[in-house]
Amino acid sequence: MELMPALLFLQSMLAATWRMATPIIYAAVGEVFTERSGVLNIGLEGIMLIGAFAGYSVAYETGSLVLGLLAALLSGLLSGLIFAIFTVSVKANQIVVGAAFNMIGMGLSAFLYRTIYSQSGKVLSLQPFRPLDLPVLSNIPFFGEVLFRHNIVVYGTLLLTLIASFVLYRTAFGLSLRSVGEHPKAADTTGINVPATRYVGVLIGTVLAALGGASLTLAYSDQFVEGIVTGRGFIALAVVVFGSWSPWGAFGASLLFGSFYALQLRLQAMPEVVIPYQFLQALPYLATLLVLISLTRRARAPRALGVPYP
Amino acid sequence: MEDYLVRMENICKSFPGGVQANRNITLEVRPGEIHCLLGENGAGKTVLMSILYGLYKPDSGTIYFKGKKLDIHSTKDAIENRIGMVHQHFMLVPTLTVAENVVLGQYQPWKVLNDMDKVHQRIRTMSDEFGLDVDPSKVVQDLSVGEQQRVEILKALYHGADLLILDEPTAVLTPQESEHLLKFLRDLANRGLTIIFITHKLEEVMQVSDRVTVLRDGRVVGTVNTRDTNPRELARMMVGREVLMELKKAKTEPGKVIFSVRNLRVKDARGLEVVRGVSFEVREREVLGIAGVSGNGQTELALALAGLIESDFDEMRLDGQLITKRDLQRLNRLGMAHIPEDRQKMGLILPFSVAENFVLKTYRDEPFARRGFLQFDTIREYTRSQVSKFSIRVGDIEEEIAHLSGGNQQKVVVARELDRQPRFLLVNQPTRGIDIGATEFVRQQILVERDAGAAILLISADLEEIFALSDRILVMFEGRFMGEVPPDPALVEQVGLMMAGKTVQTSG
Repeated sequence: MELMPALLFLQSMLAATWRMATPIIYAAVGEVFTERSGVLNIGLEGIMLIGAFAGYSVAYETGSLVLGLLAALLSGLLSGLIFAIFTVSVKANQIVVGAAFNMIGMGLSAFLYRTIYSQSGKVLSLQPFRPLDLPVLSNIPFFGEVLFRHNIVVYGTLLLTLIASFVLYRTAFGLSLRSVGEHPKAADTTGINVPATRYVGVLIGTVLAALGGASLTLAYSDQFVEGIVTGRGFIALAVVVFGSWSPWGAFGASLLFGSFYALQLRLQAMPEVVIPYQFLQALPYLATLLVLISLTRRARAPRALGVPYP
Repeated sequence: MEDYLVRMENICKSFPGGVQANRNITLEVRPGEIHCLLGENGAGKTVLMSILYGLYKPDSGTIYFKGKKLDIHSTKDAIENRIGMVHQHFMLVPTLTVAENVVLGQYQPWKVLNDMDKVHQRIRTMSDEFGLDVDPSKVVQDLSVGEQQRVEILKALYHGADLLILDEPTAVLTPQESEHLLKFLRDLANRGLTIIFITHKLEEVMQVSDRVTVLRDGRVVGTVNTRDTNPRELARMMVGREVLMELKKAKTEPGKVIFSVRNLRVKDARGLEVVRGVSFEVREREVLGIAGVSGNGQTELALALAGLIESDFDEMRLDGQLITKRDLQRLNRLGMAHIPEDRQKMGLILPFSVAENFVLKTYRDEPFARRGFLQFDTIREYTRSQVSKFSIRVGDIEEEIAHLSGGNQQKVVVARELDRQPRFLLVNQPTRGIDIGATEFVRQQILVERDAGAAILLISADLEEIFALSDRILVMFEGRFMGEVPPDPALVEQVGLMMAGKTVQTSG
């Protein structure tokens, strides 16, 4: 059955939406945990870049995507540990430490990439995660293409958000985490270890951000490019606010960005669109920020967000 | 040793900065008694109990509990040993439900919260058993202060407390609520619970306790049986000298109206209307007292009158002049002075020196500045004369004001505001958190100012203060005035009811 061109356009755009949203979903869901524990990590962009490079590099050298993801995860752990030591234990200003991570991430990933890989002058691509067409479901007209022909990293966002939501709202750890971000002293008097809880909140955030970064090099494209994250870390920060600090909220808000990104890509490919491509590339960021600003309800940030304890 | 539930032996605790909060304190509490810890602010009561509850580590000293030496490293240890504490500032997470607050910190992290129904059920059962009227499914931020306190008590009982510590629990309650709480505590003690009750209010000690330990300056002054003592003796132990319990208040004849406002409405930071159309006037040589439990709009009322937040009104006049818009400079010129509720956040700039704080409102003017340059000699000389006039205890006028005690900080604010000889003096909680000596001083100054002809609006949650200073009393509840009463001690009961929102027929 032939689909109408408009419907075809919509189908390919919606299918791309989820893919485009994937790195942001990872980073934003992680940041929900970090911020719910009372720590603001604006260094997501840098941590995603490090994850993107670590994942690419190990996967390229070993030929194993799984090892690549594992390397990204470890890089996230390491970044998070350093971030938490400075912000939770040393109680340094979280904005300053976050900004430092952004600069380190950009500098380090670019430096290592140039020294190790770009001297040959060739683009060194790897074999990325392939789409996993789900049996039967992927053959459903329209929805099959939109929902059931993605790779495992994209499907993973759904599982991640489900688990994240369960952990945050249905476990004792989630309860502790939320109380630590809201009223750390009260949490302390009940015997909760506030610093330890914040370490875990930070680590969940950085590990997922690094995985989000790696999803760009291992699943979305097949290579590393300097600055490949292109502001997605900052969009993830906005997405957390728009999603009212909840995992499903972050998931939804990320899809919004993804849809603008997908639209932009398709507009670029259309010969009848005469807008310079630089403007089109800026569109998803501008549109997302505008929508987030105009639609953001008066959801309240965790009361102790950004405040060191004690 | 067996007849003591708790024995804290030779407890010492000092803080960075050299403050010796506890000096060799030994405290013994018998099982089933209500034991009051009495002392002024800064006497070390809260620190001592925080040590028992595992919030602070003592520098030295030993704690025995139920006859055994007890090592407490954290609140978790305290809770496991069945010690519960209701803090002065509640330790409840406002965005969580009552039940979530009760179980907070009690489970292993990986525990799935699948038995909350049982927790709710148990809270309801306990609430009924103790008559606490607590609904486990309510979110804490929607509860009144009194309800939150009952949640705190229930939380401690839920964890099986044998010893319950309460830190100034009546500070946030109406007289009726306090009465109810004291009865409830007596009831708990009769069931075998041991209670340590921190307070600086003598009447409460006399009313509720079996024994009382008085602290002063981090030391134990003595422990006495309540029935063998009296308020006068306790006050002397607490302060270290005879205390003037009565203020000399001369009779004055109020003169013309200095300040008036009609139909004042103020919104709080969240946009809710918290002052809902109040009208009043204050005359010269008159103290108008506004009584009420904290949080009924008094804070916003004071900020609005002082011109610090926006408000709506039909008409406002100061010294005959119409006030139409928020203009602090003009209010200052017309003779308004403001002693704010929170001296540390609004009255003073803590990292600034004593001298700098003294000229915060006048540093732009002669003689403190000439052609835009500060005249440090003049400022220092002025500060020295004020410091000695108001007998403020400072080491050096160049030291950070943050290092002064609360009482001396408040004296600086009072001295600064009164030096401008105000026509209209707005005073909010002038003696909260300061020692008896400074309290006496501040109160006396307010009366001096009244006798000199100022119109004074006194906002205070301390009923005793309201009755001691006011010529007329308005009672505020949920943003409205419940009525006006004269400062007749016989009417305290009635004012208490009005503070709880009950309309009372005022005679005459």
